[in-house]
Amino acid sequence: MTDLRPPILRLTGLSKRFGETVALDDVSLDIAQNEFFALLGPSGCGKTTLLRSIAGFEDPDTGEMAMPSDTGDINLATLPPERRPINLMFQSYALFPHMSVERNVAYGLERERLPKTEVRQRVGQVLETVGLTGKAKARPAQLSGGQRQRVALARAIVKRPRMLLLDEPLSALDRKVRAEMQLELKRLQHEVGITFVVVTHDQEEAMSMADRIAVMSNGRVEQVDSPIDLYERPRTIFVADFIGSSNAFEGTLTGRGVHVAGLGDLPGHRPWPVATDDSTLIVRPEDIRLTAPQDSLLDGTVLDIQFFGGSSTLAVSVDQHPAPVLVTTHGAAPVSRGDRVHLSWAPERAVVLGRTA
Amino acid sequence: MRRLGWLNVPLWLTYAFLYTPILVLVVMSFNASKTPYTWTGFSLRWYGELASDDLIRQGFINTMIVAVGATVVATALGTLLAIGINRYFRSAWLEAYSLTPAIIPDLALAIGLLAFFALVGVTLGLHTVLLAHVVFGMAFVAAVVLARLGHTDPSLEEASRDLGAGPVSTFLRITVPSLMPAIVAGALLVFTLSLDEFVIAFFTDGPATPTLPIVIYSMVRFGVTPEINALAALLLLVSFTVVISAQRLTRFTDSI
Repeated sequence: MTDLRPPILRLTGLSKRFGETVALDDVSLDIAQNEFFALLGPSGCGKTTLLRSIAGFEDPDTGEMAMPSDTGDINLATLPPERRPINLMFQSYALFPHMSVERNVAYGLERERLPKTEVRQRVGQVLETVGLTGKAKARPAQLSGGQRQRVALARAIVKRPRMLLLDEPLSALDRKVRAEMQLELKRLQHEVGITFVVVTHDQEEAMSMADRIAVMSNGRVEQVDSPIDLYERPRTIFVADFIGSSNAFEGTLTGRGVHVAGLGDLPGHRPWPVATDDSTLIVRPEDIRLTAPQDSLLDGTVLDIQFFGGSSTLAVSVDQHPAPVLVTTHGAAPVSRGDRVHLSWAPERAVVLGRTA
Repeated sequence: MRRLGWLNVPLWLTYAFLYTPILVLVVMSFNASKTPYTWTGFSLRWYGELASDDLIRQGFINTMIVAVGATVVATALGTLLAIGINRYFRSAWLEAYSLTPAIIPDLALAIGLLAFFALVGVTLGLHTVLLAHVVFGMAFVAAVVLARLGHTDPSLEEASRDLGAGPVSTFLRITVPSLMPAIVAGALLVFTLSLDEFVIAFFTDGPATPTLPIVIYSMVRFGVTPEINALAALLLLVSFTVVISAQRLTRFTDSI
């Protein structure tokens, strides 16, 4: 669905090494017009290098970055950062400490040599959008973390870039402000109609904000999908493990699922082709049910129960399986520690993946 | 704050030890007597004689030429040196090497510079003193600016580029202003150091253009006159003003 929108940025075969470290390994991505795109991965996965390459602060060793436009593709690699129709919101916000909020926001417009009246009008407008009209004369040092982030955002969107890159935009904020700003960022993206590309290591943040997410690991893109598809149909074990929590059972491929030594045949479905015989079955904790002995797929003993109000998570020790199996139930769990329980799941809720994929 | 108690005693003794000589000097500069050590009454006579002394006036002008010139050149070069080291050479060795002129003994620097000037065949004069002061002044400025660069967010310059400013514009609008407190502090440091610098000036100056410290030295050789007290008091005033305004300015620009 999202793929039908015209791409605003097409990355093909980007690679970048820093000495021995591979930061980007053959990255190809299409980012669509007006979408909220997230680059998600653990630290050191190359997501920030990718963002900085798009902004113009790193030079990829190989590959192309093209922005299709009416007058033909713009080849980004030929433009210095100041000439790219892209703005970056820095993780540190990088507000100019010797300038007021107003002057910070006006800085980019003044560099375009726009008439003074237009600069003043657009600065006033954008400060109103981010709700900082009253702070126009303040210095960055006098603002709270959330306010600084709004200034950084205002300074970037006032340029009306075709694309806004955000490097860990919420990491410097405390929990409560972060939740507010997540909603705020989504609202702003709708309002200004700019393509947003967010870099984050926080999967909840990516899931709650983005239309599509690219999960990265070791410089490579593991999977690009909508949050729901990433969660329900992970393509690799890394994605399944990184997004949400999951139980993994390693074994060999059978017609109906996976055969695990000591546990027997476990049912699952294959959303992606599996090339190898070695395979892994992934089941989300909330897809596992407590069941009657005759329907049981796995038997185990309850090790621990964590109650979260709306749900509880059981850790169940299953014989012959190294890690405890996590099971999420609605409300309080109907069992207690030490009880013998029987687990089962619907085959369509379990995903079979190739081990080496 | 905790009360010092009996530790007040050594504190005030230390202050007395530090400031009594200065206080005596300032008081004696208002002495009417011709001998510098006995008080006979208040007078501004020596300040008047100071103003009419051609040798001292010329020395003062020479010193100001050297101090202002060395400050301007050393500040510009030292700032560029610091930025260059910070950006292109992340090497502790190179950093230490650039800061050496600030810490090696004046005498060694002075003799080295004198040998160098003789080698390249430059006649000694105010210009050689100025160059010599630039050598150590630059190192002081670089040290102060480097310290500031350590606390500066490197993304500031990237943000400026990202917002559409070219490299030159970014340097003038972002890099220099964000370093300004350190640049000003470094400049004032060089100015005060150059103002009363004696050893290096003595070695690298020509005979026709003595700087003020050299003039004073040649006067004192025949005994201290009350005129010298007045001159020293004035120099003290200049140094204090410069240092205090430097501190004020740094605090002011830091707070914004």
